[in-house]
Amino acid sequence: MESNNVREIIQQNIRKKNHFSDKLMPKIFLFMALISVVTTFGIVYTLIFDSIKFFSQVPISEVFSTKLSPLSKNPSFGFLPLLNGTFFTTIIAMLVAVPIGMGAAIYLSQFASEQIRKILKPVLEVLAGIPTIVYGFFAYSFVTPLLMKLIPSLGAKNVLSPGIVMGIMIIPMVASLSEDAMNAVPEIMKEGAMGLGSTKLETTTKVIIPASISGIVASVVLAISRAIGETMIVTIASGSAKNFTFDITQSMQTMTAYIVEFTSGDAGSGTVGYYSLYAVGLILFIFTLIINLIAQYIARKYREEY
Amino acid sequence: MRNLNGNKSKFVYQVKGLNLWYGDKQVLKDINMKVLENEITAIIGPSGCGKSTFVKTLNRMTDNIPIVRTEGEILYNSQDIFNSEMKVEELRTKVGMVFQKPNPFPKSIFENVVYGPKIHGIKSKKTLMEIAEQSLRGAALWEEVKDRLSDNAYGLSGGQQQRLCIARTMAVSPEVILMDEPTASLDPVATMKIEELMEDLKKEYTIIIVTHNMQQAARISDKTAFFLSGELIEFDKTNKVFGNPADKRTEDYITGRFG
Repeated sequence: MESNNVREIIQQNIRKKNHFSDKLMPKIFLFMALISVVTTFGIVYTLIFDSIKFFSQVPISEVFSTKLSPLSKNPSFGFLPLLNGTFFTTIIAMLVAVPIGMGAAIYLSQFASEQIRKILKPVLEVLAGIPTIVYGFFAYSFVTPLLMKLIPSLGAKNVLSPGIVMGIMIIPMVASLSEDAMNAVPEIMKEGAMGLGSTKLETTTKVIIPASISGIVASVVLAISRAIGETMIVTIASGSAKNFTFDITQSMQTMTAYIVEFTSGDAGSGTVGYYSLYAVGLILFIFTLIINLIAQYIARKYREEY
Repeated sequence: MRNLNGNKSKFVYQVKGLNLWYGDKQVLKDINMKVLENEITAIIGPSGCGKSTFVKTLNRMTDNIPIVRTEGEILYNSQDIFNSEMKVEELRTKVGMVFQKPNPFPKSIFENVVYGPKIHGIKSKKTLMEIAEQSLRGAALWEEVKDRLSDNAYGLSGGQQQRLCIARTMAVSPEVILMDEPTASLDPVATMKIEELMEDLKKEYTIIIVTHNMQQAARISDKTAFFLSGELIEFDKTNKVFGNPADKRTEDYITGRFG
């Protein structure tokens, strides 16, 4: 009786249900998904469109030269100093972030007790939440003076200090993504290794890390793309000297810092200098795009199936 | 046996010439089968013989797999379930399903049971509580959980979780319950409880159960269907299939000579 009653109510309701929202909502969701796609195309379009104006006036051979003097009477647009600056800050940052981040990830996922984990993980995440301008200031007013005591020849603006600080900033990203990857390795695999008499460390290095290598590599590659795109720290602490040098104790300008310098008003709209911003932006975009593609490729290719 | 020869019995399902392909691979080949009301039909056969796919087709769960193509007819109470008139949501409230691994939602025990009635528009707290109690009693779980209905369902044991899933299915008052190896991940005690439960369930529901466990099929079912490589080899009363199978392959399978 009772159950027949319920059955009837349910069947009636189901028949009454008009599936308007079931039809409409997916279209709204599609629209929302398209917004990000359209925005991406819009940005790429602007970059390419205005870059073409730049490259039609500046020969490619000049772009790959080492002389960058966009504001002089006789401007020259060699971007190698910028590529150089970005390259060095990124390398230094990765030298700091990858070993420390990996170490932290291994500790957190394999060795830390639950209590320690509960304290360490939030602290690490706070590190990720600090605005980059604060990091920049920290590099300029704290790390640089500190390093000067060790390296007296260090310039007030240099590549070393922001590189290190950028690395510190990226640690949580490497640590957190790598930790997720290691935690995703099934417990049973760990038990398999333990059951053969391997120590915790052997289990970690021989089983857990190989099994999660795709996630780890992906986290490193994403960190690289983050370092390349980082702006504030290098703008503040590494200065705007357009030198083509390999001396990391001296000031170099990164691609991002160049864009900051010029959008703050030095280049008049419509000049070659103005369009050079788009060209640098395009180069930056291509770099990070390639790196993200590599990350995706690696994550897919080196996945240990389990 | 009371339903086998009952003259008022009607066919809940009539499957006529059902063919099903996964891409190019034919998984079900010309299946013809009739299922009587208030009977337990067991479906047995080796892994990959198409028995799970067959059961999933009965409430169109195969709709979700884009490469699946079906041919033929499945009449549910003389209505073709592939007909565009048939609302798939309506079909699935009438034909409930219990899966191989217990799959409660990460909600409280109570919320799990009333999920179905709630989304189908039953709002009264009192009615929902009644439905919950009735369903949990029906699934022989009430006594074990009545004092902790607001606890998370994942605190239950595997066997309890599976009975909760049965209660959840019963809560929308289906006519048929499909079970896809419902005891495959349970221990013998929990399995026995579910088997006992099915005896009671068949008074109100028609049950179609896929099982790997031959003793289980022999113990609980009225009819048994033996599938092999996508074909329905034999379909008859259970004691006939197990006692005196018509086909050599059925005999080989149930005596454990292969599979």
